Amino acid sequence: MKNNIVEFLDDIIKLYPRKNIFIEKNKKITYKQFGDYSKLVASNIIEKENLVNEPIVIFIDKSINALEAMIGTLYSRNFYCILDTNSPKNRIDNIIETLKPKLILTDNKNKEKIESYSYNINILNIEELDNTLKFSNYKKNINYCLTDPAYVLFTSGSTGVPKGSVILESSLISYIDWFKNEFNINDKTIFGSQTPFYFSMSVSDIFSTLVSGATFVIIPKVNFSFPMKLIEFLNEYKINTIYWVPSAMSIVANLKTFDYIKPKYLKTILFAGEVMPMPVLNIWRKNVDASYANLFGPTETTDIFAFYKVNRKFKDNETLPMGVPCKNVDVIMINDEGKECNKDEVGEIYVRSPFVGNGYYNNKEKTDAAFVQNPTHNSYIDIVYKTGDLGKYNKYGEIEYLGRKDFQIKHMGYRIELGEIESNINSLDGINICACIYDNDRIVLFYESNTIGDSEVIEFSNKYLLNYMRPNVIKKVMKMPYNANGKIDRVKLKELYREGE
Amino acid sequence: MKDIIEILNEVNPGVDYEHEEELVTNGILTSFDIVTLISMLNMKFDIDISVTDLVPENFESAKAIKKLVDKLK
Repeated sequence: MKNNIVEFLDDIIKLYPRKNIFIEKNKKITYKQFGDYSKLVASNIIEKENLVNEPIVIFIDKSINALEAMIGTLYSRNFYCILDTNSPKNRIDNIIETLKPKLILTDNKNKEKIESYSYNINILNIEELDNTLKFSNYKKNINYCLTDPAYVLFTSGSTGVPKGSVILESSLISYIDWFKNEFNINDKTIFGSQTPFYFSMSVSDIFSTLVSGATFVIIPKVNFSFPMKLIEFLNEYKINTIYWVPSAMSIVANLKTFDYIKPKYLKTILFAGEVMPMPVLNIWRKNVDASYANLFGPTETTDIFAFYKVNRKFKDNETLPMGVPCKNVDVIMINDEGKECNKDEVGEIYVRSPFVGNGYYNNKEKTDAAFVQNPTHNSYIDIVYKTGDLGKYNKYGEIEYLGRKDFQIKHMGYRIELGEIESNINSLDGINICACIYDNDRIVLFYESNTIGDSEVIEFSNKYLLNYMRPNVIKKVMKMPYNANGKIDRVKLKELYREGE
Repeated sequence: MKDIIEILNEVNPGVDYEHEEELVTNGILTSFDIVTLISMLNMKFDIDISVTDLVPENFESAKAIKKLVDKLK
């Protein structure tokens, strides 16, 4: 039995030593080379710092260097936290203060920047290692354990103070086992990676690569501004599998890119992180013959706990279901009375699975609020994750996503999901994105559009929304505000609204 | 030229758009910025920037953007 994800990688290195594992602009690295360098990182961590099961911060951009630092940390039996090198210093201060890391790994490019922050924490440049150290000399003393943390990823948290989800090796290994088998990730898979490494979605494509012999290509970020170049890139590298956020797919679809160029090798198209606009998905399905799946889950459940393989037609104004629980996941729906829901009842989704992480680093209060005893029994310790998401089962036996519990409001005596209003308005042709807030007894809708104005939105909401769900105030924005995690910044929207009043 | 720089400032303020020659290469304009920029240019100049014009070279500087707009007007 294997107790650390790197032990799976060791097997793959033996099978495919000379195959490329990671490719970035101007650089390729084989399984053997990558394994050797990651182990050298590990040897340097152990020899110079003598750390076991301690947090190590990685301050490196999305690159092969970052991957070597991540996997090197795991080989050394420590856990990493990868930071956005471009995030504002006060956010990094916050994370450093919570995590109290024992070491920072960086590279030539980012060394000066992290040094200038003067954190009084040792810094190791992974491009200046002592390359005489042999990992085999250290390995015999390492006792990998399934209950070791693998990493901590920080998400923004509604109050603005970042929360660091702790994910253990046991969660990572069982999650990746599901992902790899469900989507048949193998030595023929070539991933085109879009998501940042500090974002939980990247866990799926990175780690499923290194347990299966696949190849992982980092798509330069700039290509996501220029859809033609993006598709050319996919074709050049023969990319057959992508796992992107819907907004990356929207840019391609909305600019009619497929009229000029089509991806030639794509066979598996996965997406998660936000609601997929149906018109966008329909354009992709019409133009690219591949299997599509909608994945759903927060950082707290490693990445995904439910998924839907797109298997029927949808009209532009319909929404995709969240789908069914992954193998090894129990989804429990709990109603307002704290009891399990009946068949058609709306409830909050709780997740019971080895994918569930072990709380928030150095934050007992937030941990206790979200990681709770299974509300259906008290017979033994059975910690489940309370997602804050609302759902109910549809006629196909799939879970429908009904928005965040925090966005559930009571308006004119009716219980309303702001998410339901949003998904309706989002289906209106010409809407790029919209968001609702509830302030002072009024439903305020913000929308972004290049082609339509308030009158079209009002006409549409009168036609398609129940009268008590219609927005009371409609505001067009040039650009929807997003927070550090790429989610719509609702706090900012509330401020905008109040300033305008 | 002035109106192009005005639009750029609206999309992403605080950049020396008169002199910056590598807006894309240096990552000054993000993909969200470029999407916004395109819709603003389309509206302001009543043009239709198609995906075939959407290449990095056309957006590296205010000058390059102006050239593109003039071509499409």
